[in-house]
Amino acid sequence: MRRQFDDELADLDNGFTEMGMLVSDVTQRAVDAFINHDRQSAQAIIDHDHDINEREIQLEAKSFEIIALYQPVTMDLREVVTILKAVSDLERAGDHARNIAIATIAVKGNTRVAEIEAQIAEMGHLTTKMVQSAIQAYVDKDAEAAKALVTFDNQLQEHQKVITDASYQQIIQNPDVLKAATNYNIVAGDLLRIADYMTNVGEWIIYLKTGKIVELKFLN
Amino acid sequence: MATILTSRDVHVYYGNHEALKGISLDFEEKGITALIGPSGSSKSTYLRTLNRMNDMIPGVTVTGNIAFQGNDIYAPQTDLVALRKQIGMVFQQPNPFPFSVYDNVAFGLRIAGQKNREALDAVVENALRQAAVWDEVKDHLHDSALALSGGQQQRVCIARVLAVSPKIILLDEPTSALDPISSSQIESTLLQLRKDYTIITVTHNLQQASRIADRTAFFMNGEVVEVDDTKKIFMNPAKKETEDYISGRFG
Repeated sequence: MRRQFDDELADLDNGFTEMGMLVSDVTQRAVDAFINHDRQSAQAIIDHDHDINEREIQLEAKSFEIIALYQPVTMDLREVVTILKAVSDLERAGDHARNIAIATIAVKGNTRVAEIEAQIAEMGHLTTKMVQSAIQAYVDKDAEAAKALVTFDNQLQEHQKVITDASYQQIIQNPDVLKAATNYNIVAGDLLRIADYMTNVGEWIIYLKTGKIVELKFLN
Repeated sequence: MATILTSRDVHVYYGNHEALKGISLDFEEKGITALIGPSGSSKSTYLRTLNRMNDMIPGVTVTGNIAFQGNDIYAPQTDLVALRKQIGMVFQQPNPFPFSVYDNVAFGLRIAGQKNREALDAVVENALRQAAVWDEVKDHLHDSALALSGGQQQRVCIARVLAVSPKIILLDEPTSALDPISSSQIESTLLQLRKDYTIITVTHNLQQASRIADRTAFFMNGEVVEVDDTKKIFMNPAKKETEDYISGRFG
């Protein structure tokens, strides 16, 4: 029996997937802009950050409305709760992509270190891949794929450590790179935060499928 | 917690039609169990077997075993009046007798031979307090119970059951004829009573089950599909049929 609720939930589900794709796209563009020193593209990301914030508010309002009007239980409730919680994680991930864009603008015109930027490019691509995997795991409602997200997170922590160490080394050797190197640190930190939020999304997907609230980082 | 009521492989037949297909459920002392399920799932039939209300319906056959405090309630020597004092029933439609509030609540005790006015006064007041209707009716004890609102009548009916000191209270959709405020008062009353009585209630109101029941049993087609803690049933049931019913996919 198809219920009115199923249509409402499908709308909410589509809205969440769209927002996920938006965040995936903005992460990709923020990484590219940083690597390519593309100030214009970075500015566009900053200017459009509110799009993601507005989507979060819309999806939250829709979730509250569904809870009030349909009083969902069991799997239905978990689907709504998953979106309600994970939508904040997506929004925060979007904020960190915006921070990368801000760093792109801040670094422009300063002395840079090609070697570290290559490492950031690698970390950025891996982060983008993780965001895409998280959204795909949500679309497929795939708890195993959600669990696998934590391996991205582990790799990204390694990347961040390498970038941070290299940045400090470069500052010691050549104080002219201070501005750029500080921002390399910031960007690596932002990428790692995005990974954290995607891990959270993974945890909510597991909740959706199993009803269990888990900490993925402590699961393995 | 001690088990107060057990049922084993209970079948009920209306003529040739098998309405209950082997129910085995146990009930512990105190707490609320909700019986839910679609219309025709025979949850009310099951409820009525627990104090032999089905006996009055011609052509009904009950098999299996139901024991109250270890004694088979279908044994030939069972005293039906005594049984129904221990296991009382509240029905869907409030059904006060066409007497005063006081006489309604005192009815069971008078039948049992209690004539002492002071003793009766005390029991009537206590029962009406337990049923959370005392404050509303204390100045109208000798007015007709039929003059009360539906919700008040239902609570007087609960008081009438309580007055004979039952161990178990059976309720068959006790709020389905009441407005939301009266229903909510009955729910609060039941939540108070669950501390002292074993309450088994049939309800079509799933939210009511989730609000008040400690345990919920899901009936379908004369069988118990699943019985578990209410939280488990409403958040993560084990059976797909339960999930589908609870979330309104059928029923």
